[in-house]
This record gives sequence, structure tokens and C-alpha cells, in this order.
Amino acid sequence: MFGFFKKIKNKITEINSDLGIDERNQELFAVSALFDTPDDIIKAAKTLSSSGFKKYDIHTPYPVHGMDDPMKLKPSKLGFFTFFFGSLGTLTAIAMIFYMAGFDYKNIIGGKPFFSLPPSIPVTFELTILLAGAFTVFLVLILFNKLPLNNNPLLDTEYMKRVSSDKFGAIVEADDELFNKDEIIRLFKSLGSSEVNLIYKFKHNELTTERPIFDFKFITLLFLLALITAAVTYFSLNKLIYLPPFNWMSEQFKVKPQTQSTFFEDGYSMRNPIEGSIPRNELPYEYRGLPDSLVKYMSNPLPVSKEVFEKGKTMYDIYCSPCHGYYGKGDSRLNGQFPNPPSLHTDRARLMKDAAIYHIITTGQNIMPAYDKQIPQLNRWAIVHYIRALQRSQNANDGDMNK
Amino acid sequence: MSYDATYTKELPLVPERSSFPELDEVVFKPTETKPTRAWYIAFIISSTALLIGALSLGYTLYYGIGMWGNNNTVGWGFDIINFVFWIGIGHAGTLISAILYLFRQKWRTGIARFAEAMTIFAVMTAGIFPLIHVGRPWLAGYLFPYPNQHNVWVNFNSPLLWDVFAVSTYFIISFLFWGLGLIPDIANLRSRTKSGIKKFFYTILSFGWRNSNRHWQHYERAYLLLAGLSTPLVLSVHTIVSFDFAVSVLPGWHTTIFPPYFVAGAIFSGFGMVATVLIVLRKVFDLKHIITIDHLEKMNKILLLTGTIVGYAYAMEFFTAWYSGYQFEQFVFINRAFGPYAWAYWIMIACNVGFPQLFWFKKIRRSIPVMMIIVILVNVGMWFERFVIIVTSLHRDFLPSSWAMYIPTWYDAGIFLGSFGMFFTLVLLFVKLLPSISLTELKAVTENAQPKNH
Repeated sequence: MFGFFKKIKNKITEINSDLGIDERNQELFAVSALFDTPDDIIKAAKTLSSSGFKKYDIHTPYPVHGMDDPMKLKPSKLGFFTFFFGSLGTLTAIAMIFYMAGFDYKNIIGGKPFFSLPPSIPVTFELTILLAGAFTVFLVLILFNKLPLNNNPLLDTEYMKRVSSDKFGAIVEADDELFNKDEIIRLFKSLGSSEVNLIYKFKHNELTTERPIFDFKFITLLFLLALITAAVTYFSLNKLIYLPPFNWMSEQFKVKPQTQSTFFEDGYSMRNPIEGSIPRNELPYEYRGLPDSLVKYMSNPLPVSKEVFEKGKTMYDIYCSPCHGYYGKGDSRLNGQFPNPPSLHTDRARLMKDAAIYHIITTGQNIMPAYDKQIPQLNRWAIVHYIRALQRSQNANDGDMNK
Repeated sequence: MSYDATYTKELPLVPERSSFPELDEVVFKPTETKPTRAWYIAFIISSTALLIGALSLGYTLYYGIGMWGNNNTVGWGFDIINFVFWIGIGHAGTLISAILYLFRQKWRTGIARFAEAMTIFAVMTAGIFPLIHVGRPWLAGYLFPYPNQHNVWVNFNSPLLWDVFAVSTYFIISFLFWGLGLIPDIANLRSRTKSGIKKFFYTILSFGWRNSNRHWQHYERAYLLLAGLSTPLVLSVHTIVSFDFAVSVLPGWHTTIFPPYFVAGAIFSGFGMVATVLIVLRKVFDLKHIITIDHLEKMNKILLLTGTIVGYAYAMEFFTAWYSGYQFEQFVFINRAFGPYAWAYWIMIACNVGFPQLFWFKKIRRSIPVMMIIVILVNVGMWFERFVIIVTSLHRDFLPSSWAMYIPTWYDAGIFLGSFGMFFTLVLLFVKLLPSISLTELKAVTENAQPKNH
């Protein structure tokens, strides 16, 4: 554990020395001076600003009150940005709620209006504060104070250490137009500075033209990060959510289609009506179990209409098509798990009476089971109509073309 | 952080006049030395509690929230009680850091940083509870309005959704406020430290702060703006938490007194917790000259005030129930005080209304042992307040056939214990790793810290 930290520490030291951090060249960055009391530093600030220096700065361990006037700083404009982003938050929230609740997903909740102001106030208020506060912090650091900036030559100096703790410091940068080393040292001493120092630039400041973004190590790192992100995403979305306990929504004590029942003796999870029960609004079918010859044929009670055909098609697609195929050609979708039935377009089937087809649907035939318990009476008749239409469509004669 | 010197002379904030390097030494000592034996013992205890909580939570996540004592009638149990309890504790920190800042209460500087950290840890702890309360926390992303393939948006009429926005905003803003305050102190640490690894982290966390007065100017403005934004925020958060109850139609919950009553209760419980931890902290880290007995006395006065407000709210609830002439409302309150959970009610009354009244006496306000007992009782009382509000209102509602009792299980207790473990583990790590007193603010209010000619 500690060995690991030591390794990191060594590595950091190595990188630092590679980059020339902590090593300084002979190029002057600024002249610095330390003062002992807040009164002295105010005086120093006043003198520096009135002498016409532009690139000077005052460093204090805490904000010294009344520094704005001596340094001739304008009041901070941060508040305008806070106001702007706060207003943006308000508008975003109102627009969001209006779009989501009042337009895109109109959901009736207690009969209330889809969008109204009072229930929108809490969210609007919170988003206002969130945007205003978050942007205040980011802007004060990044836009106003130009941070993070870790290569300023003032960092890692004895000067910075003292002005972080107990002294008050002033610097004049070498870039200033009026910069004159000896004169500034004399000025600081006349102002009562306890210590005047020269601060030199870092060596690594000269290396800023390099482009570490094309570094092999950096690209490898990016690639590895991309790989890890992809792997984690794949794992969590495709594997993790199917592991317990995340999948326990799908493990429930309920009957699922096409599964065996462990509860009922016959092992069927689907329950049929008790033998002899008659559905509401239906009559018992009187030709059950009788051979075709004894069946007294009736005609289809449904009219030939668009609605009936559509109903018939729906029912046919659900109940009949798995074996008979969508067009009645006997092309089962069951992939041989169940023997394919004959085509509905044979002469035998085409010449059958409506009632004979109805009879087969109701009572079953050969290995085809009875469907009277699953399909209501009138829907069976609708299927008959649809089968007729299918037969006609697959065996159209020349005369049909003209219609 | 700008302070006018024109106020009436108060007691000096750092009485035994310390030089700035001495203050640095005292405040940074925990971060620069090996932890003491007391710290290790405290850490072992709190992390054990955290582990117990994690195990209980693990069982809950694996087997579902059927492990808890919640039932059909009492659907909100320890989960919501603990949520409201912890989120309430957080409020003291923002009150100290934002509201007292706006009121120019300089004495707050000694305790502000620590109280803010407590806010963040309390909100983090609180945030766990609504997540696990939803049963399948890995789907908690559904709580936020994001474009999804279900073509569904969240319900903006629901106070529970307002809670999502309020608590997340509260956490983010408190965190940024705290972090912004930490930057100059971490920069100070960065200048001081000799260790390479520490320097690496301090360099990242301090953003290269260099105490420039061109920066301080914007920094102070940002601090003021954040204080101004946090003040309505902290009031809104517990208001919205109280809406979770007040917007429903349940007798005992459906009252307009709830928002102010909850906010006062939150500040009350928060100060109770801050005081509890500070009393220990100032002793362990030898900060008695920075967090003085005067600070604690002022906190005790706030405890007395908010405790009395809470007591008034309790009385007013009974009055409203009687005055409304509404049978169900009246029953709820009679049931609270004399029903099967009467013991919880009277614990609440005693701890929240009774004992804090002792703070009327100056001797008790300035006595550390008595104070310690009372603030711990305040914590107990405020937890029971949430228990009473939630459980007694739910367990006997309109229909006597659906009445039930709520009996928490060991898993509830374990998670509750774990929440304390998490909170105190974070507090202990914080006092060890980061400066727990804001040095920049403290230095700014010591004597002779500001120019005389101003």
C-alpha cells in the first residue's frame, strides 16, 4: 500500500524534473515584496496604482477589506452573470415543464390542468438556483480568475508561502511597461517592506509549444479508457441487468404462456372452461362429435362486410396462421414441431360448405384441436368468411380480373 | 468575508490572540500529523457501523424491501424517517454558512466550514434513503426527466419529484459552496506541504489559487452571491420535503403549518448534531481557543429558539385539529398522544420541547457536560418527531379495518445504524484530510486583521 504511494511519489518527482518544474531559469518574472500589516499593504497598493503600473498585484492570506479603491479595481460584474444564468434556469424549467407535461405527455392527474403554474414553482425555483449557483462558481474560477493555472511562477515560492500564511505581499511583473528592477526594489523598500525578492520563471514555461496530446502514452490512455467504457457499458446493459437481483421483475409467481404448470394435475397452465359450460350469448353447438354426414348445415350468419373481413383476418392470423400459414397454404411457422396441415386451397377445401369449415374450427379434425373454447362463435364465422376470401384470392379466375 | 469594523464591540472572536502562523499550525495539525489513537478508535467504531449498514442494505437490495418492517398500511417506515432526519441535519450547515453570513454574524467563522461539511455528508446519507425506498435503486435514473424510449415524462405535479430536484440542487450548491471556501485553504496547504503526493492532490484541488487581490475581489462576490442563493434554497428544501406530507390528504399530514414547522425542526436538529460533533472535535483536536464556549453558547441560544418554535408547532397542530371540528384529524392527534405509539410522542415532546428549555439558564448554556446531554437528546427527539409524524399518521387512518402496527426489523435497524456509520466515517475522514476550520475567514476576523484607516 505505502509502497504503491512511494512509487507514485517517485514518478511525480521524475515527471517534475523532466518538465523542469521547481527548476527556474534566469528570466525575471517579477519583483516581490512582503509587508507586515494590512495598513502597509494598502499604502503599497495605493502607491503602485498611482505610479501607473498595470501588471502589479497584491497578495494577502485573506481578503483585506477596502482594497478595491487603492488598486482601482472596478466592482465585480459576476452578479450580472448570476442573474443571467438564474433567469436562464427559470425559463428552462418553465419551458421544460410546459413541453413535457402540457404538450408531449398529456397525462390526466386528478383532473387538473396538464400545465399550470403553481405545481411548477418548486422545480422552477430549484433549477433557477441550480443554474445561477453552479455557473457563479464555474465562472468566478474560470472566466473571472482564469483558474486553474498551475504554472504561474509565483507558485512554489517562499513568497507565496508567506502570503498564504501571515504576510501581505506586492509584486510588479517584468512585463510591465514601466518596469525597472532597481527602481522598484527601492520603491518597495521605501514603502517599508520587510523583504524584497526576485522571482524567476520556471524552465518548463519555455516548453509550452510541445503538443502532449499526440504523445503515444496519452493516446494509449485514451484508447484504454474508451475500451473500458465500452466494456463496462456492454456488461451493465447486456449482462448485469439479467443477473439476480436485477432480473427479479421477470421471476414472478405467475403463469406465463407456453409453460408447464406445476400446480394443476394435467400440467396445463392454460385453463379451459369446465366441461358443459356455455359462454354468455352463445348457444351450445349441437353437432359436436358427429360425422360430417349427420351435420345439418346452416349458412354464415354474418354479412359480407369490410369489418367482418378485418375481424376474420385478425382472428385467423392469431389462431389459424401458425399452422395454416398467413395465406392458407399450409406453410406452418412451427418449423416441423407440429405436422403441417393440408393447404386450404385444395379442391376439397374450396368446395366445402361454410358450415363445414365452421364445424371443423369448432370441433377439430384429425390432429387439429377444437377452438370453440378460445374463439367466440361469431368470430369463428368471421374466420370462415376470411378463409373464403383467401381461397378466392389464391385461385382467382379470369373474370375476377375485370372486377 | 468583508467585515465592517463599525459594529458594536463584541468579545474578540479569537480571544487568546494567536498569530497567523500559530493558527495555521493548529488548524493544519490533523492534516499534517499521524492520526491519534482516539481517532483510530472512533474510525473503527464508525466504519464498523457503516459495514453493518452495508450488509443490511446488501440483504435488502438482494431480497427486496420485504426485509423491512413496512406493510400495506404503513408504507413509509424507517426509510423515509431517516431521509427526513438526515436531510434536516444538513440544514444547520447552510444556515451557518449562508444565512448567518448574510446577517454578518462573525462568530460563525469558527464553525462554518465544519458545519458545511456536515451538510454535505448529511445530504449524502439522506440521499441513500429515497433511492433504496424505491425498491430497485438501479432504476433510480427514471426519477429524472430524460428523453426515453418509453415516451414517458415524470409527473411534475408530484411533490416526490420536487424532492428530487430540491435535494439534488441542495447537494450540488452546498458542495460548490463548500468547495469554493476550501480553495484558498488548500492553496495554503499546498504551499506548506513537503510531501510529493499531498502536493499533487493539493495542486489539483487548489486550482493554482495564489491569494491575488484581483481574485479575492471576485471570489468574495461569488461567496456573497452563493450565500444569497443558498438562503432561499435551504428554506425551500425542507419546505419541499414537508410537501411530501402536506400535499397528501392524510389527517395529521395535510396541514399548512408543515413548511415553517419542518424548517424550524430541521435547523433545530441540525444545530443539535453540529453541537454534538463540535464539542467532541474541539476537545480532540485542541481547538478550544477557536471554537470557544461563546460559540457553543450562541448555538445553544439558537437551539432554544428553534426548539420553542417546534414546541409551538406541536401545540398548534392540536389546536388546529380541535378547531377544525374534523373527526379524523382529531382522532389522529388523540391517537398520537394516547394511542399505541404514545411513548414515542412523549419522548419527542420531552426531548424537543422540554430539555432545551433548560438553556434559558446561562450556567447550563455554558456547561459542556449538560450541553452534551441536551444536544444528544435533541437528536433523539428530532428522530422521534419524524417517527411520530410518519408512523402514527399512517398506522390508523380512515378505515379501522386497515389499521396496523409498524414494527421495524433488524434490517431497518442495521441500515439506520449504518447511516450513522457513514456520516461519522465521512466526518472523521474530513477532519483528518482537510482543514476543518476556514482559515481565510478566521484570519479575516481576528483583531488587527483589517486596516485601521478604513
